[in-house]
Amino acid sequence: MLKIENLQARIEEKEILKGINLEIKPGEVHAIMGPNGSGKSTLASVLAGREAYEVTGGSVDFLGKDLLELSPEDRAKEGLFLAFQYPVEIPGVSTTNFIKTAVNEKRKYQGLDPLDAAQFLRTMKEKMKLVQIDQSLLSRSLNEGFSGGEKKRNEIFQMAMLEPKLAILDETDSGLDIDALRIVANGVNELRSANNAFLVVTHYQRLLDYIVPDFVHVLYNGRIVRSGTKELALELEEKGYDFIKAEVEKETV
Amino acid sequence: MLNFADSKLEQIMQEEQEDILEQITNSDYKYGFVTDIEADEAPMGLTEDTVKFISAKKNEPSWMLEYRLKAFRHWQTMETPEWANLTFPAINYQDIIYYSAPKQKVAPNSLDEIDPELRKTFEKLGISLDEQKRISGIAVDAVIDSVSVATTFREELSKVGVIFCSMSDAIQEHPDLIKKHLGSVVPATDNYFTALNAAVFSDGSFCYIPKGVRCPMELSTYFRINAANTGQFERTLIVAEEGSYVSYLEGCTAPMRDENQLHAAVVEIVAMEKAEVKYSTVQNWYPGDKEGKGGIYNFVTKRGICAGNHSKISWTQVETGSSITWKYPSVILKGDYSIGEFYSVAVTNNYQQADTGTKMVHLGKNTRSRIVSKGISAGKSQNSYRGLVSVAKNASDARNFSQCDSLLLGDKCGAHTFPYIEVKNNTAMVEHEATTSKIGEDQIFYCNQRGIDTETAVALIINGFAKEVMNQLPMEFAVEAQKLLAISLEGSVG
Ligand SMILES: Nc1ncnc2c1ncn2[C@@H]1O[C@H](COP(=O)(O)OP(=O)(O)OP(=O)(O)O)[C@@H](O)[C@H]1O
Ligand SMILES: [Mg+2]
Repeated sequence: MLKIENLQARIEEKEILKGINLEIKPGEVHAIMGPNGSGKSTLASVLAGREAYEVTGGSVDFLGKDLLELSPEDRAKEGLFLAFQYPVEIPGVSTTNFIKTAVNEKRKYQGLDPLDAAQFLRTMKEKMKLVQIDQSLLSRSLNEGFSGGEKKRNEIFQMAMLEPKLAILDETDSGLDIDALRIVANGVNELRSANNAFLVVTHYQRLLDYIVPDFVHVLYNGRIVRSGTKELALELEEKGYDFIKAEVEKETV
Repeated sequence: MLNFADSKLEQIMQEEQEDILEQITNSDYKYGFVTDIEADEAPMGLTEDTVKFISAKKNEPSWMLEYRLKAFRHWQTMETPEWANLTFPAINYQDIIYYSAPKQKVAPNSLDEIDPELRKTFEKLGISLDEQKRISGIAVDAVIDSVSVATTFREELSKVGVIFCSMSDAIQEHPDLIKKHLGSVVPATDNYFTALNAAVFSDGSFCYIPKGVRCPMELSTYFRINAANTGQFERTLIVAEEGSYVSYLEGCTAPMRDENQLHAAVVEIVAMEKAEVKYSTVQNWYPGDKEGKGGIYNFVTKRGICAGNHSKISWTQVETGSSITWKYPSVILKGDYSIGEFYSVAVTNNYQQADTGTKMVHLGKNTRSRIVSKGISAGKSQNSYRGLVSVAKNASDARNFSQCDSLLLGDKCGAHTFPYIEVKNNTAMVEHEATTSKIGEDQIFYCNQRGIDTETAVALIINGFAKEVMNQLPMEFAVEAQKLLAISLEGSVG
């Protein structure tokens, strides 16, 4: 589904991604962990196509297409979804209207007719249950005045509405209370299928108790320095990143 | 709290944005065509003879000619106002044709006899002069250059006593009402452009809603400038008697030309006790090209008086056109418990300049006013809000709330706010809030990431910003106005 080879990217002169290799197959869930500032959000932004980041090397294949050649909106319409670490607010635009626009843009791209009001409402009701989001929240301006947790839940709700092939969740768990965490994780699990995949960025092992990953990677200083199964996450929880940092230093000497 | 990295990033984004800003060309103005029709015109220039020519063309009674001549003589003593935040070369008033009427083969006695060429013109503009095609229940007065060519549903309206006709017809058919109200809210001597208008106005609409009548359909006037080198000077007068209600709309467009054309209109509204008038404008005059060449100079005086207690006047305007807009729809709150409202969206792009706002003059007791102004500037345009809220000495317990928001697209445009407050009664409560914001790169990217392209994202954000005002428009107009907003700004953000 997604094949990243030797991906390098920088912002202005600063090299941030220094050669990322990662392959994600349909049906898989990958978790990415790593210390603050290691480049996790940068990787997510580069994959989603944020223009401020310059790709200086490497390639990304997404479902047989050269991802880096596509515009951000086409990447989205091809099935890439990013749940933002910091979702933005758009005053005056109701969340419902926003999602409806997004859903119908995607349908247009796929050569489908736009959903009419009734169909859209039906789908919405169904997905609302999935993430237990409140109707009143959806009639408010997009993310405006939403609490941190509400914003995150709204990201997952949009994911459910858009049914992406590959969803990247950038620290969706941070800011969620314990109940919300479980609800969001359940939502993700409900959406999991043999045809889609998830890339979950997190700092906490706790999320991975709910969303059980097939692989865990550690991103450090712009590189994936360790990959393993869910046990790696447990080990990190226990020991912190120091032992990995030390090992990496040793290897590079 | 910008660190070096952030400001660098901002700079990159800015450069990118400017790049795209320059690359994408704006969509063309949709209404820029010219109708090829022979016109009956006054000789170019403005003298007493011009005023007499216009009055004679209309077979006006002598009191009307006197009114015009008095205004003309006063105008000659006046000077162009220069306090607005606008720059433009001096207008040569001798270079303008003050009267131009399309020649119709036969004088139309009914709607069926209107010149097919004119009918087609209005159809192209989306205005049907065909009463059979009544879909939305809007009566239209169609004005082209200096004359009204058709007014629909006159008969149907007259059954409930509503008078809706051209100003020319009103002067002939309802002289007492005109004598009583014309110039009663906006005197000819009010300002330079009202004096000019009073001297040379050639048509416009008259609406009269009798006591206790709720006007059964929306009334509207569509103004079209067609002929070259002409100015359009129209007058609208709306009188709402006790306990009546009317919703009135106006729209306007003009051909694309390299020369600027002058439009100087006057609108007066009189609302008696418990009457309510809702006046909506979608102003889409030709804005000039991307380099700032051509476009309409729009100098308009609009004012309403809440003459009776518990009356209400509400102005809603969506201003997207004109190279220069100078206009301040105002309300004189004379009656106790009267209400004045002003809802405005003003969009400027390329080299457009707008200086617009309102005056709320509180004279009566317990009067209320509400001002919501949304300015959107793009390109190299300048957009100013200018508003006055005044509370007279005897106007106890007056309330005003003003909200003025500006949205900037790009960094070569300007947004300015000039709120004036004059309060002479200490029981008044006057509140003013203002914000300025930019469409953020992060907002656009968020939309992009959801599959929404940049043009659509901008339209979405703009409509969100202007929503509170757009919601005030009658349904039939709101959709058109939303599209218009998006079109006016197409290609202005990267
Ligand atoms: N605009 C920028 N200019 C310069 N450096 C930047 C910019 N944006 C990000 N960086 C730097 O890139 C590095 C990686 O940032 P990124 O946001 O990808 O980290 P992260 O792994 O997501 O961290 P966190 O766990 O705190 O979310 C950081 O050192 C950050 O300061
Ligand atoms: Mg991050």
